[in-house]
Amino acid sequence: METTVHQFPPFRPADTHSGHGDHAHPEPGFWEKYIFSTDHKTIGIQYGITALLFMLFGFGLMLLMRWQIAHPGIPVPFIGPLLERVLGQVAAGGAISPELYNSFGAMHGTIMVFLGIVPLAFAAFGNYVVPLMIGAPDMTFPRLNMASFQAYFIGGLIMLVSFFIPGGAAQAGWTSYSPLATTIPTDGQLFWIIGMIFLITSSLLGAANFIATIIQLRAPGMTWMRLPWFVWTQFVTAFILLLAFPPLEAAAVMQLMDNVAHTSFFLPTGLAVGGQLANVSGGGSPLLWQHLFWFLGHPEVYVLILPAMGIVCEVIANNTRKPIWGYKSLVYAVLAVGFLSFIVWAHHMYLTGMGTKISTFFQATTMIISIPSVIILTCFFISLWGGSIRFNTPMLFALAFLPMFGIGGLTGLPLGFNVSDVHLHDTYYIIAHFHYVVAPGTIFALFAGVYYWYPKMTGRMMNEFWGRVHFWGSFVFMNVVFLPMFFQGMSGMLRRMSDGGANYSAAVNSKAGADAVGGLSDSILSLHTGILWGAMCLGIAQIPFIINVFWSIKHGEKVKNDNPWDATTLEWQTPTPPPHGNFTHEPQVHHGPYEYSVPGHAVDFIPQNEPAGPADKPLPATAH
Amino acid sequence: MKNWFGEHLLGLPPLASTNGQGVDDLVIYVHWLMIALFVGWIVYFLYVVNRFRQSRNPKADYVGVKNHASSYLELGVVLAEAVLLIFIAVPLWAKAVDQFPAAKDSTVIQVVAQQYAWNARYAGTDGEFGRQDMKFVQLDNVFGVDPSDPNGKDDVQLLNEIHVPLGKPVIVYLSSKDVIHSLKIISMRVCQDAIPGLRIPVWFNPTQTGRYQINCAQLCGALHANMAGGFLVVQSPAEYNQWLKSKTGAQTSFE
Repeated sequence: METTVHQFPPFRPADTHSGHGDHAHPEPGFWEKYIFSTDHKTIGIQYGITALLFMLFGFGLMLLMRWQIAHPGIPVPFIGPLLERVLGQVAAGGAISPELYNSFGAMHGTIMVFLGIVPLAFAAFGNYVVPLMIGAPDMTFPRLNMASFQAYFIGGLIMLVSFFIPGGAAQAGWTSYSPLATTIPTDGQLFWIIGMIFLITSSLLGAANFIATIIQLRAPGMTWMRLPWFVWTQFVTAFILLLAFPPLEAAAVMQLMDNVAHTSFFLPTGLAVGGQLANVSGGGSPLLWQHLFWFLGHPEVYVLILPAMGIVCEVIANNTRKPIWGYKSLVYAVLAVGFLSFIVWAHHMYLTGMGTKISTFFQATTMIISIPSVIILTCFFISLWGGSIRFNTPMLFALAFLPMFGIGGLTGLPLGFNVSDVHLHDTYYIIAHFHYVVAPGTIFALFAGVYYWYPKMTGRMMNEFWGRVHFWGSFVFMNVVFLPMFFQGMSGMLRRMSDGGANYSAAVNSKAGADAVGGLSDSILSLHTGILWGAMCLGIAQIPFIINVFWSIKHGEKVKNDNPWDATTLEWQTPTPPPHGNFTHEPQVHHGPYEYSVPGHAVDFIPQNEPAGPADKPLPATAH
Repeated sequence: MKNWFGEHLLGLPPLASTNGQGVDDLVIYVHWLMIALFVGWIVYFLYVVNRFRQSRNPKADYVGVKNHASSYLELGVVLAEAVLLIFIAVPLWAKAVDQFPAAKDSTVIQVVAQQYAWNARYAGTDGEFGRQDMKFVQLDNVFGVDPSDPNGKDDVQLLNEIHVPLGKPVIVYLSSKDVIHSLKIISMRVCQDAIPGLRIPVWFNPTQTGRYQINCAQLCGALHANMAGGFLVVQSPAEYNQWLKSKTGAQTSFE
């Protein structure tokens, strides 16, 4: 139990004047310090800022799409002329053409997932916080870390550039299904695949680095069961990335070859596209792409959610002032989720003609994976009981995560059963479902993380009042945007319609003399307007956050000490902000991560590197 | 109670098939489970954040909850999911994909999707499809019908109109000639991807005459949203036979 973990390489004290202590060299210049840095903290911040900017951009794409959905074919007010000037024919007259809508849709998904949330949740917070939390001087492979960020940055640039090429960005959805992805006449598809190859490479480098760091660089005494749960989530996430991304990288190269070298990995014989027989050798399988894509695609969902849960766990423990309830259950649950996430992928493909045996397997695994997820959520809920809850901004976001993720998780159930999926597949119901998981779920947790660790990164607190404004605005308008979509989907409104389903409305049907049953009613379609306004208000609610982040760097309230939240984990037991090398002396870990309100102890927290008491008596056993 | 909940609270659209009843039932049962769990969580959550806020409870309890109520709750969730899976979802799916109605008692059609319309082919008055082969597939012969086979002389090919008689199940052999589409007829509670290179059968059994919108439920290109021209027309058997006769032998051009 009390085995000592030896660090490799051995610990060297932090020294602000030399790199890794290999040899003395002068203070790094601007480029080395901020742009080509190998320091995990700088790289974490680089990832964080870039990812937040991409998220803002992806949000902007969404606003334009919501305008088009609510007012199909009507020029976008104010920025319509700008769109036409920059993007050309696809935005003729300042209106969003179906091609442009599909580009925005594909890129909104790609940017939010691969350029926004994964880099922020995994690369930014993981890079900044994990080495500090485990008492390491840096990541195991600092140069690999820098290469990872550079690959990510290049991938992002390629995605951005693709908007401005003739034909515009990719239009086949973020899933890029073949044969559609190969038949769309734009080089945007090529840019998308090449960009993805860079992003995947970046994630693979990062994942290998995280795994090595967490295994090798834990401080003496930091046993596996003393790791803060956030580190566990990052560890499992890194394994998911490492094992799930390579099949997609291979698939992306194959689709690239289908596009440029006229291979037919995903193209069957006898294709006839746009009025002529496609000139392909054939013999390929469109379903193969779907399997390879979703073999990454589903584990990717847990890449998005696990680090977010980890952040929520840290913030809840700190602000309830008590240990997390069921730490061991949480550890086993996250391991179970990580493993199970690899065997549920085909539930995205229920309606591709699946037989009973296969569908039973994937329905069963899908239901089974809900169990560890429920355990994680339950542990958080129960952890609140008996706490002394402080409602600061990080805690508000972390608390709101619980019911919001709850809605997202629960609404996955009817989609997880093959039969009910027949009605809900590809409707707005699923849009609402996964956005509840990722937007008011994951993104709220990420906001909690920004507000929580900001003082560590800058030495100043973010403004509490504007933080609360940001929280309540986001909370209200997230629900205004996504809640109506459940009802739209239930009534049969399909996703990815550039006109918001207007062609399927009862009104259009009866005008054409076709009095069809089951057209979309006016009341369901009119919800689009409310969603558009909700989305705009959601955007406005982010303005206090953006200003707060920049303003507080110079003007925020200074932290009272290195540990302003009275936290137990190691990242708060270093100077603020931590110097190159992180720790002034090697931390020795004495106990688990959440020793808050220990009976008989004068203050209500015991840092991990502090012996339990004067007599160093063993701490009372935590429940479970 | 069940149907009222589905129609008025969930907003399920009108149902017009026998196979759809199971779909709706499962949707409703799952939502009951979801609502029960969510309401329970929220009541607990609101109580706790009020009862244990710092001003009311300045000293946190190191241990917290000592009982194992949550384990029983989790066990309950597992059981509920297992019941839904084993007794409802799996048998219903087996019925949908393994227990096809006999072809002789059904209306059998072939449907080939394309950007952005639906081609339908009927066996005609003799009930026999003409022979098909890949080598005959041409732009104007998407089904690859052998022109020399007499059985194919009375076959009917139509664009965007699928007529079926009431009182018989319908079997659709579904494929696509260009990209992936998805045949979704909401009132029939049927949804099946149309995948080029594959021919996938799917069946449904209409219970009411009427004209039903066919949706494309898979992004299929720039004009995906405009692929709304297809309709399923459920008619009385007499009307259907009359319609089929009127179409027999008439050639339809594609594109």
